[in-house]
Amino acid sequence: MSTAVAASSSRPGLDLRSLAVRIGFLPALLIAVVAGMSAIDPQFYGTINILNILRNASFLAIVACGQALVIVAGGFDLSVGAVVALASVVMAKTMAATAHALPGQTTPIIVCGVAAGLGSGLAVGLVNGLCVAKLKVSGFVVTLGTMSATAGVGLMITSGIPVYGMPDVFVKGFGRAQLFGLPTAVYIALAVILVMVFVQRRTLFGRYVYAIGGNVEAAIVSGVSIQRHVVGTYAVSGLLAALTGILLTAQVGSGQASFGGDRMMLQSIAAAVIGGVSLRGGIGRIEIVSVSALFLTILGNALNLLHIDSRLQPVFLGIIMVAAVALDELSRRRRTQRV
Amino acid sequence: MEGSTDSTPVEPLLALRGISKRFTGVQALAKVDLDVRAGELHVLFGENGAGKSTLINVVAGTYWPDEGTFRFGGEDIHHLPPQRARAIGISPVFQEFSLVPSLTVEENLFLGREAASGGILRVGEMRKRARALIDELGFDLDPGSRVDDLSRAHQQMAEIAKALLGRVRLLILDEPTASLTERETGRLFELIERLKRQNVGLIYVSHRMREIRALADRVSVLRDGRLIKTLDAAACTDGDLVELMTGRKIDLLYPVITHKPDRIAVDVENLTLVDGSVREVNFYAQSGEITGIAGLVGCGKSELIRAIYGLEPIAAGLIRIDGVPYEHPAPRQSLKHGIAYFPANRVAEGLALSRPVRENASMTALDLDSFAQFGVLRPGAERAAIALIMDQLKLKPPNIERIAGALSGGNRQKVMLGRALTRELTVFLFDEPSVGIDVGAKLEVYQFMKRLVEADAAVIVVSSELPEVLALSNRLYVMHHGRIATELKGEARTEQNVLASFFKEHLTAEVA
Repeated sequence: MSTAVAASSSRPGLDLRSLAVRIGFLPALLIAVVAGMSAIDPQFYGTINILNILRNASFLAIVACGQALVIVAGGFDLSVGAVVALASVVMAKTMAATAHALPGQTTPIIVCGVAAGLGSGLAVGLVNGLCVAKLKVSGFVVTLGTMSATAGVGLMITSGIPVYGMPDVFVKGFGRAQLFGLPTAVYIALAVILVMVFVQRRTLFGRYVYAIGGNVEAAIVSGVSIQRHVVGTYAVSGLLAALTGILLTAQVGSGQASFGGDRMMLQSIAAAVIGGVSLRGGIGRIEIVSVSALFLTILGNALNLLHIDSRLQPVFLGIIMVAAVALDELSRRRRTQRV
Repeated sequence: MEGSTDSTPVEPLLALRGISKRFTGVQALAKVDLDVRAGELHVLFGENGAGKSTLINVVAGTYWPDEGTFRFGGEDIHHLPPQRARAIGISPVFQEFSLVPSLTVEENLFLGREAASGGILRVGEMRKRARALIDELGFDLDPGSRVDDLSRAHQQMAEIAKALLGRVRLLILDEPTASLTERETGRLFELIERLKRQNVGLIYVSHRMREIRALADRVSVLRDGRLIKTLDAAACTDGDLVELMTGRKIDLLYPVITHKPDRIAVDVENLTLVDGSVREVNFYAQSGEITGIAGLVGCGKSELIRAIYGLEPIAAGLIRIDGVPYEHPAPRQSLKHGIAYFPANRVAEGLALSRPVRENASMTALDLDSFAQFGVLRPGAERAAIALIMDQLKLKPPNIERIAGALSGGNRQKVMLGRALTRELTVFLFDEPSVGIDVGAKLEVYQFMKRLVEADAAVIVVSSELPEVLALSNRLYVMHHGRIATELKGEARTEQNVLASFFKEHLTAEVA
């Protein structure tokens, strides 16, 4: 019997599998989708399509960075989609109003508009954070509430009608502009990702966020101020969602309460989770989340190019998300069993 | 149990032969043989990482061995998932509790084997059986209370009760007394005697010599995944066991500490906590000495030092650190004042298990300029400092990027101790410093305290293990029901005196 047991636990093909584990499933899936689509449809690697993918991936990646930070700290931010919409309409309205007051002076108009947009996101983030930290209500519930409230405010401001009146420079010179052949949003997303990676790895804030998500009690004993950092994660998430709202608005040319929404919220959570962020907190890296945002965007694009019924697409996304997380969980379980 | 009455063939209840188990890169068990007879208490003895937990996990069916034969009750077992192990009468009680916190004791007892007919629970029957079992065990435990409302000791009792529900032929106990009071321990020992008489075999993992002396029939010593020797408990001395376990001679478990009491570092006046667990406590601790605080589980001794560190809200009273009043203690302030706290429960309060050793060790020192400036970390400096510290503390394996969850109890404690070396500290509060760690690691903790005290730090040790506080402390306070019952110095620090003060308090409390 001893030999039988020994033989059954020998390991053929283990090296291949451990290689896959080391690289991760995500890049492998990403390459598979890109290779497959390039073979099927030449339109996929056309310049226009690639720019389109990059732009959309940038929007999602920025929101997902904030979402990932909140989840790493052990929280949840359902309000990001609504914040995208709020920031969009607040900025557009502010710009329209300042343009009315100071006609022709583009710089103050843009500064006021962007500041108001970011400020609205920051405000929602702070409300989220303070409710979670001070009232000890779970992040899920708090942000569910602010999601609803924020979406309502967005609709109230616009009555559902797109808001125009932004300076041309802002739309044509920034939102739709390209720098070295790439949309401006891509550069901003890269900057956000780089800063967030730095924050996670090299700053006290990032380290404490890991510690709080890893074990709150231990963080308290270690003298970490929990409330301040929890509020910080939600504030960053709100701010980044607002940034996405501003970029979207600048690209489209009007402020709309229909931007972002549930879809953006769900996708940001999907990007974080597929990117290896643990819903139990304490684990997750921004750079992988960004790759995961790119993957989700490419996947959506591929489904469009393949003329898959738009009503069927969310089904695919759902399946992919559950499968990716299950694969990740499986590989982790295999690893921990060996340790 | 059944059928084994004709005792002519003395086949042991459990017979393991040549059991080996490898995890990536680690030979956890190498050709281990183990016999457990019916009605015998068999102690597994060894340092952390010696393979004890792997072995009991093999017996319980959690791991399947790579090699070797497994016989139980005279039958070869070829496949043993945990459910089957339970079904054939192998019942483990692990240190990590297997209770669902949000369910009641009774629901936990029957979890996975509920009495039901056609999918409908037979609540009344289960309640009756749970009550009968708990009464039989003599535990002071309400089957209707939720597990997360229970103290650790009561959770431990629920865990043991769960293991004993149903037919048990082999009971595995992994350090069962770690969180029990003396009285509850006494109950458990009576229960063990009763089980032995009922011909149940027991595997018992413990680091406590006293228990091994009181209970063991045979002792198997493990080291580095190998079985060193199985001996009759009656025929060996403590020294023999420790020598076999460590492979080196340890003459004295407790180091000789030269106390040189100096200035008063911590002075507590009339301290009362909001939850009433500590009432009107006066005590002081000097630098250059170890001040011990003894007492039963739940007497308020942990809460006392937690309050000094800033983890328990204070209702009234005054704390002075180096003669200066310290108001509204909070962990961050305490660290700045040079006070460090080492929690008893290293999993719940000490470590972020998903994060690497490096991050856990530096966690309390990141506000220092040497680790971070203007909120930006200095990874090189951090890595160098922590590597040096963990090297001094002999972390095994010496890899500071390993996640804390992968470490054994002794090594987790070393990570906690490492925190103390990351910054200038003068007051060290140890809460049950040796719970869940083996003799070798205990020795290192004691040596660590010795170095601290001899470098003129003030060390306060709170412990439920009497021999430990007696041996380590220069002055000893005994706490009872939230108050200081007595202070013992010099020759007066004896086990009798400590116990006497418990009883004296009991008597006066009952009279009053």
